[in-house]
Amino acid sequence: MPDLVIQAKQLSRHFGELKAIDKLDLNIDKNRIYGFLGPNGCGKTTAIRMLTGLLKPTSGEIQVLGLSLPKDAEKLRLRMGYMTQKFSLYNDLTVKENLQFIAKIYGISGTAQKSRIDELLSIYGLNQKQQQLAASMSGGQRQRLALAAATLHKPDLLFLDEPTSAVDPENRREFWEQLFDLCDQGTSILVSTHYMDEAERCHKLAILEDGVKRADGTPEQLMNNIAAHVVEIEAEGLRHLKQQLVTLPDIVTAAQLGARLRVLIKNTVSDPIGFLEHHTDIESNKFTIVRPSLEDVFIACTGSSRQ
Amino acid sequence: MIKSLYRIQAIFLKELTQLKRDKMTFAMVIMIPLVQLILFGYAINTNVRHIPVAVVDLSQSALSRVLVQTVAATQVVTFSEQFYDIESAHAALEQAEIRAVLIIPQDVSQRIARHASVGFGLPASSDEETSRPIAQWLVDGSDTMIAGAIKGLRNMPLAELLSKPSNRTIPTFEVTLLYNPEQRTAVNIVPGLVGIILTMTMIMFTSAAIVREREHGNMEMLITTPIRPIELMLGKIIPYIFIGLLQVSIILGLGYMLFSAPINGGLWALFCITLLFIAASLTLGLVISTIATNQLQSMQMTIFVLLPSILLSGFMFPYEGMPLIAQYIAEALPATHFMRLVRGVILRDVGFTDMLPDVYWLSLFTIAGLAIASLRFKKNLD
Repeated sequence: MPDLVIQAKQLSRHFGELKAIDKLDLNIDKNRIYGFLGPNGCGKTTAIRMLTGLLKPTSGEIQVLGLSLPKDAEKLRLRMGYMTQKFSLYNDLTVKENLQFIAKIYGISGTAQKSRIDELLSIYGLNQKQQQLAASMSGGQRQRLALAAATLHKPDLLFLDEPTSAVDPENRREFWEQLFDLCDQGTSILVSTHYMDEAERCHKLAILEDGVKRADGTPEQLMNNIAAHVVEIEAEGLRHLKQQLVTLPDIVTAAQLGARLRVLIKNTVSDPIGFLEHHTDIESNKFTIVRPSLEDVFIACTGSSRQ
Repeated sequence: MIKSLYRIQAIFLKELTQLKRDKMTFAMVIMIPLVQLILFGYAINTNVRHIPVAVVDLSQSALSRVLVQTVAATQVVTFSEQFYDIESAHAALEQAEIRAVLIIPQDVSQRIARHASVGFGLPASSDEETSRPIAQWLVDGSDTMIAGAIKGLRNMPLAELLSKPSNRTIPTFEVTLLYNPEQRTAVNIVPGLVGIILTMTMIMFTSAAIVREREHGNMEMLITTPIRPIELMLGKIIPYIFIGLLQVSIILGLGYMLFSAPINGGLWALFCITLLFIAASLTLGLVISTIATNQLQSMQMTIFVLLPSILLSGFMFPYEGMPLIAQYIAEALPATHFMRLVRGVILRDVGFTDMLPDVYWLSLFTIAGLAIASLRFKKNLD
C-alpha cells in the first residue's frame, strides 16, 4: 500500500449516454512516471480530473496519496500539482507575478517565497524572462512556466495533462529531462500524452481507448507481450500490396514507412513469413521479422474498434 | 486564518495588477462617472423652458400683441410660428413642428376687460359672459411634462397687460421649499447618480470577474489550489471597493463644481452608506458571475438589473407615485435603499441611525449575496 500513490477500482464516469471512463483499474507506483497513452477523446483528461478531485466519479473508488476521493479532495490539493492541458496561468501577468501569486495561494511567504521562485526561475531557464508577460512567451517557455508553477509547493504527486502538445521536439526532450529530475527528487508523476516517443519514456503506462484500459505495464512488457508479429517487407508496388494485405482477416494493419511496408500479423498465425509468402508473390528474403515498437503495441491494442 | 488572509491578499493584488494592465477598463472607471454626470446633469431638466409654440391671432389688435409678448416673457414658451387659421396650426401641431398653439379670439379685448383677474370688481360667478377665459391653448398632451408646463401658464398674472394692479386671489396654502429652494434638478440628480453609476460599474465589473477566469481557462488551475470560495470572492471584491469610492468622489466633487450640488450631511455617514451600497452591488455582481457562463451573458444580466435600478429606484420618478407592484420590485433592489440613504444624507443631513431599515436591508443583502455566491461556486467541474 505505501508504495502506491494512486489506486483506482472500477472507476467510471458517464456524461449522459457517453461512457468517458469505463471500469478503470489503476495501480500507480510511488516515485515513478506513469503515462496515459491514447488518442484525443479517449478519456485521458476525464481520468486525470477524477484523480485530482475535479470531477466526481459516477462509480468506483479512488485512493490518492492515501486519501479517498472525492471526500478528501481539499486535503489532496496541498500535496499535488496539476498542469492543465491548456495554459491556465494569467496571460496578463509577468512570469514572476504569476509565480508570486501561486506561492501566496499556497501560503509560501517572505524569504522562503523569494528563494523558491529564484530557484525555479533558474531551473526552468526563465531568469531572463521574469519581467515578461506570459502572453508574449513562446509555447515552450509558457510550458516551463506552467511546470514551475505546478511544482512550486513541492508536491508529492504531479499530474500533467498533455504537457507537450504545444512544444517543439527539442523543448520536449528538455522537458522530459526535467520530469526525470523531479522524479529523482521523489515526486511521483502521472502524465498523459498521444506521442509514442513520450509514452516510451514512462516507467509504466496504460493504453486508453474509448474510456477503457486496453493494456498496461512497462513499455518493454507491452512490447514483449504484443499479440502480433511485426514483419517489414521491402519491395516495389507497396501501395497495391497494402491494399491487398489489409483485406486478410489475420492482418491487423499495414503501414508504409518509406520503401518498406510494416505489417502486423495476429499471433494466432504461427509462421508469419510463410503466411506472407503464401498470400503474396514476393520472395522470402524480402521479409524481416522486427522488434515491435510501442506504436505497434498501440495499434494492436486499439485496433479492435477500427475493424 | 493568517493563511486565509494571505490568499485573499494574493487574489486582491492579482486583480489590481490585471486591472492596471487593462487600459480599457481603467479608462471606463473614470469615464463612466464623468460622462454620465455631465450628460445627466445638463440633459435632465424637469423645469421645461422654451417650448416651441405657435400663435393664431384672430383679433389682430395691439392688445393681443401685448398678450403674446407677456406670455413669451415667461420663457416657458417661444413663439416660433404664426398662423392665420386654426386648421394650419393644427397641422403644424400634428407635424410636431410646434408643441402647442395659443388661440387668441376676436373679442379678446372685451374678454380681458371683463376678466376676473383684471379687477373691475368681482363678477358674478354664474355669469358665463364674464367668466370666459381670455384665450385658449391647444397642447400636444402626449408629453405630460410639456403639458404640465403649459398648464402652469393658466393662472399667469396679466397685470402688466393693462398696467393695473392684479386681483389674484390669495393662495390657500403657503409653500416653503426646503433643501432645494431654487428647485434645481441637479441638486436631486447628482446624489441619485451616485447610486446609478455604482450599480452600473460595480455589477458590471464583478459580474465579469469569475466568468473571465472561466473563459480564459484560469479556473481549472485555481480550483486545484487550496483557495476557498469565500476567499476568492472577497479577494475579487476588495479592489472594486476602492474603485467605487473613487467614482463616488468624482461624481460628488464634479457635481459640486459644475452644478453646485451641495453635500449637507456628514462625510463619515456618506462614506459608510456608500461602502455598504458598493458591497451590496459587488456581491450581486458575484452572484451573476456564478450563474453566467460567458461574459456576454453576464453583461445581459447586468442590464437586467440596471434598468429597473434606473427606473424604479426613485432616481427618475418618485417612488411614492409608482403602482404597488413596482414598489415591491423597487424594495428588492439595493439601489432603491441607497437612493433614500444618499439623498437623506446629502440633501437633508439625516443621521445614520435615523435610516436603519435601509441600512439593515443593504447589510443583509450583502451577506446573503456573498453566501449565495460562495455556495454556488463549486470547486469542481461537475
